[in-house]
Amino acid sequence: MRLTCPLCGPRDRREFHYLGAEEYLRRPAAEAASAAWDDYLHNRDNPAGETRDLWYHEAGCGQWLLVTRDTVSHDIRKVELVATLKGGAK
Amino acid sequence: MRIAGKGLTDPSVPVGFRFDGRDYVGQAGDTLASALLANGVKLVGRSFKYHRPRGVLTAGSEEPNALVEVLEEGGQRTPNVRATVQELYPGLAARSQNRFPTLGFDLLALNDLAAPLLGAGFYYKTFMWPRHFWEGLYEPLIRRAAGLGSLSRQHDAAAYEKAYAFCDLLVIGAGPAGLVAALEAGRAGADVILADEDARMGGRLLSETLVLEGRPGMEWVTSVLAELESLPNVRLMPRTTVTGAYDHGTYGALERVGLHLAPRPYLPRECFWRIVAKQAILAAGALERPVAFENNDRPGIMLASAVRSYLNRYGVAPGRRVTVFTNNEEARRTARDLMAAGVPVAAIIDARPHASAVEDCPVYTGATVINTRGRKGLSHITVRHGGGEALIETDCLAISGGWNPTLHLTCHRNGRPLWNEALAAFVPAPGAVPGLEPAGAAAGIMSTAACLASGQRAARGALEALGRKPAAIRLPAAEDAPYVIQALWQVPHAPGLWRRAWLDFANDVTVKDVKLAAQENFVSVEHMKRYTTQGMAPDQGKNSNVAALAVLADATGRSVAETGVTTFRPPYTPVSIAAMGAGGRGTGFAPQRFLTSHTASVERGAPMIEAGLWYRAGYFPRPGEADWRTACDREVRMVRERAGVCDVSTLGKIDIQGADAGRFLDFVYANTFSTLPVGRVRYGLMLRDDGHVMDDGTAARLADGHFVMTTTTAAAGQVMRHLDFVQQAFCADWDLRLMSVTEAWAQFAVAGPRARALLASVLDAPPDLPFMGCAPVLVHGVKGRLFRISFSGEEGYEIAVPARYGEALFRDLLARAEVLGGGPYGMEALNVLRIEKGFLTHAELHGRTTAFDLGLGRMISAGKDCIGKAASQRPGLTGPEREQLVGLRPQTEAPLTAGAHLFVPGEEVGRAQDQGYTTSVCYSPTLGSWLALGFLKNGRARQGEVIRVVDHLRAVDVLCEVCDPVFYDREGEKLRA
Amino acid sequence: MPKLIAKTPLSGLWPVTHRDLSLSEVALDRITSVAPFRGQEKALAKALKPLGLAFLAPNSFAEKAGVRLVWTGRDQAFLINAVLETPAAALTDQSDGWACLRLEGAGAADVLMRLYPLDLRAQVFAPGQAARAGLNHMASVLMRTETAFELLVFRSMARTAWAEIAEAMQHVAARRAL
Repeated sequence: MRLTCPLCGPRDRREFHYLGAEEYLRRPAAEAASAAWDDYLHNRDNPAGETRDLWYHEAGCGQWLLVTRDTVSHDIRKVELVATLKGGAK
Repeated sequence: MRIAGKGLTDPSVPVGFRFDGRDYVGQAGDTLASALLANGVKLVGRSFKYHRPRGVLTAGSEEPNALVEVLEEGGQRTPNVRATVQELYPGLAARSQNRFPTLGFDLLALNDLAAPLLGAGFYYKTFMWPRHFWEGLYEPLIRRAAGLGSLSRQHDAAAYEKAYAFCDLLVIGAGPAGLVAALEAGRAGADVILADEDARMGGRLLSETLVLEGRPGMEWVTSVLAELESLPNVRLMPRTTVTGAYDHGTYGALERVGLHLAPRPYLPRECFWRIVAKQAILAAGALERPVAFENNDRPGIMLASAVRSYLNRYGVAPGRRVTVFTNNEEARRTARDLMAAGVPVAAIIDARPHASAVEDCPVYTGATVINTRGRKGLSHITVRHGGGEALIETDCLAISGGWNPTLHLTCHRNGRPLWNEALAAFVPAPGAVPGLEPAGAAAGIMSTAACLASGQRAARGALEALGRKPAAIRLPAAEDAPYVIQALWQVPHAPGLWRRAWLDFANDVTVKDVKLAAQENFVSVEHMKRYTTQGMAPDQGKNSNVAALAVLADATGRSVAETGVTTFRPPYTPVSIAAMGAGGRGTGFAPQRFLTSHTASVERGAPMIEAGLWYRAGYFPRPGEADWRTACDREVRMVRERAGVCDVSTLGKIDIQGADAGRFLDFVYANTFSTLPVGRVRYGLMLRDDGHVMDDGTAARLADGHFVMTTTTAAAGQVMRHLDFVQQAFCADWDLRLMSVTEAWAQFAVAGPRARALLASVLDAPPDLPFMGCAPVLVHGVKGRLFRISFSGEEGYEIAVPARYGEALFRDLLARAEVLGGGPYGMEALNVLRIEKGFLTHAELHGRTTAFDLGLGRMISAGKDCIGKAASQRPGLTGPEREQLVGLRPQTEAPLTAGAHLFVPGEEVGRAQDQGYTTSVCYSPTLGSWLALGFLKNGRARQGEVIRVVDHLRAVDVLCEVCDPVFYDREGEKLRA
Repeated sequence: MPKLIAKTPLSGLWPVTHRDLSLSEVALDRITSVAPFRGQEKALAKALKPLGLAFLAPNSFAEKAGVRLVWTGRDQAFLINAVLETPAAALTDQSDGWACLRLEGAGAADVLMRLYPLDLRAQVFAPGQAARAGLNHMASVLMRTETAFELLVFRSMARTAWAEIAEAMQHVAARRAL
């Protein structure tokens, strides 16, 4: 498996650390209801098809990446820097 | 029997070798199999289950029978080496396997007599009862009887490699299609890798008497290879099997680097390649398949293509009087080639009723071989033809049931092959692996001319995808005969307990076994495979897969297409674990991180303990100290009474700069840092967003917008990752820069009542630091940092200098400490000192504990949000039902263990009664007692209670008093002295 | 006054040579990580001007009069062998955090492609290019000069990096001897 880091270019998967679903970017406000926190921390979809998840270019530039990929075809559709996502992560 | 003037081996270079203790001579260019056949050795192994005598079946990596052990000096050996792949080298020593005591006389051949008992599923049916006999008796017996080669049980010290390669186009297979593809792309300027599993490139052209452009095919091969070698953008990789197709253009490949030579130092035996290719062409050819008929497994029965390989490539006649049994036109070339070379052909048996009879030998059309004779080698075959039956004397039967395209790689990403009725074979599904295009016989294209054209077509497609212009090479004229075949999978035989027709030679699976599977309702091809073990041997069904499922289709009344095919998975051929794990043996497993104090510690006899990747001194033994405990107790007393020095450089250190640095620390730590004055240090607790503790440490404010954070050794990497995430995901627009500086500083803890005096002697102008203060200092003229923090409970400092001075400062500090009655202390004493003081490590911060559990709930600042705050206050993460940090002190002198569980005295010791567990234990020389830290349900409210500490594994059962986790200097007077 | 003796990360090791392929330690005087603060890119450019250097595009480095600036991450570069004082960037002294190794000679890329999962073919990774990438399991900064590869690895792991490169050199040399 290979990911194209927007900064470093195409790289082997062994340079990356996997965190989990994109949901980790949508941190609820401190006072949000516990259901919102539950969704943020625990509830995940397991799609057959397009999914978006977070990878850290640990052996490379140290940037967190939002990867859009297909769990069936294994296509990588898009790799974005978390730090420059439009409208911010929240 | 070598035929003079025939073949590509070099008769002028004799190569001596040994097989089963006997000396033979082969020729340069031989494989072990061709050399054995040239020496008349036909019996090379015993079958897996029935221990039937077996000979060479193929001339390639798909060989199911001729597996041998290659022996080396010193008792090292490699089992399951395919004699058809192993190249001959001077001094090669090999022996047959899976026989006892000898290949010729194998006692376990008795299994063959018991064959009616040993059919498919016999394991499942026979060894059911009593249950515990399985592990103790049945399995060892079965493993001994049914087996492959044996391991030497010695450490394999030989070199192995792994490597990466990149190219525009990977061409897999160097037969006609692959050579043309590589040439077309090479001339067009693409970066090409041409990989072929054979030692010599050319594919089937090496084994046939084909004519290209009016000249022998080998001449064309030689000229193409010469041009490819001359192109700087083409890399030829012979002896390299592409074993797997993975995501995004990644291919795994195994190269036999030194296996064709006697071992030599530093030369890798094998290299496992990871090749990344923008485009790939699968030109891996096709594999001929046998036909199942009664007793079709005798030595001397060979694939027709293999007979041609031995004849044309190695100049070896595999028999004195050969017969050919085929269901297709092509295999009849075998008879013609043999006769042209002067080898008598007794008969051609062609299963097709309307086949021609042009050869100068008896030809039986519409005929089949129904049985064979010959115990350790074929002697006769029985042929059934229109006019009845004939017994023919023959010592070599060349069989062909047609060809299966080598499409395995196209299925490695879940592609399913398509059934082609005209070819009676599966062909690759289009686009099964993105970027991988099958060509030539691998795509079901059988004539030489069509293969050449197909290779060029595939290369042009790849060039177009790469944005390159085609090179338009001219293809040589070649045979273009149609592939004429009539499917024939099995020749039925009469029922009988001992009558069998083999499908899978490697695992001894017969037609009867597959029919039995169908009869017992294992009608799915995947179930049949697992029930019969067909296709599960080292050859992975290359010789038997399609025939077995055709038999299954027949038995279940379905077509082959409906029956489907089992899943092809990587690797295509066996890959040694040593090659895949190359570089990972011993210290190669992970980087070793060495401290600047390493040499000085080792010189003092300190055993180095692995702490993550770091190597840290365990203790510093003195002459006369009997064991580590003596040294550790002394070091603890030394720190408590005098002064000790310990290398703590392993702690993670992160530089945090920017106007928002304080605000950021407030967000990632539970407590507040923005209010910390410059020149002060604060203890910090870091949570995960799920409310549990991630790590603890300190942060010092060096300037208004400049902090340096320390993390624990264990969590340094995790914390850096976490901080990067929080910054990039939630604070991307803050003015903030993070930088790991762990490696830049050598940092030493100096602790004890005389620490201040010790430091005064190395600092140019010792500052008067309050507890939790920090300041820049000059250490013998070198710019450093001094922090007044303590992990021991004594007055303590940590002094940091640039790492290049680390060793010098460590040695200097030790020399000065010793003058004061102090010295170095190691990890053991460090651990005792912190347990006495109730300080935490990742034994306590193990990922399931909350700030509340640790008694640190009040550190979570009420005035601000922080990572983990919301979740930390959820029900279930606080309250009396939680296991809370406590100290435990035994009522006797008995030792304690970490990981012991806690129970109420008098209650049953069971899972349901579990009250908690211990995390850290030590013997405290300061208090003269064993101590433990642990977690106890509602523990803080239970101080003074007696609890039972039980560790069944290490025979510990001790009554302890529950107490405060701080055993020593609860008021912290020493720290602040 | 006693003097603290400085040691390089690989002190005590002699260069490893196989014919023209050679591995050696490069002693670097100073490494400073330079990370411009928010909106301070122009001010940083001004501060770098006297050195004849400009902040870099990803995956590259530049050198002027023995001073090198190498891209090491988003908004981050290492300045090697020069002093920089500016409030426009977070400056962190990294001089002692890294070891520098040089591998030169024919086949150097072959050696490194046994340890880096990187495409180091000359047309892809040309002189002047740099990469943040893992040398086997170790973080590193890899640079290609006109004549050699130079790589930075963490000081504590320098001996492992050295041993792994030396082993790969042995394998490559043994293959060439065939």
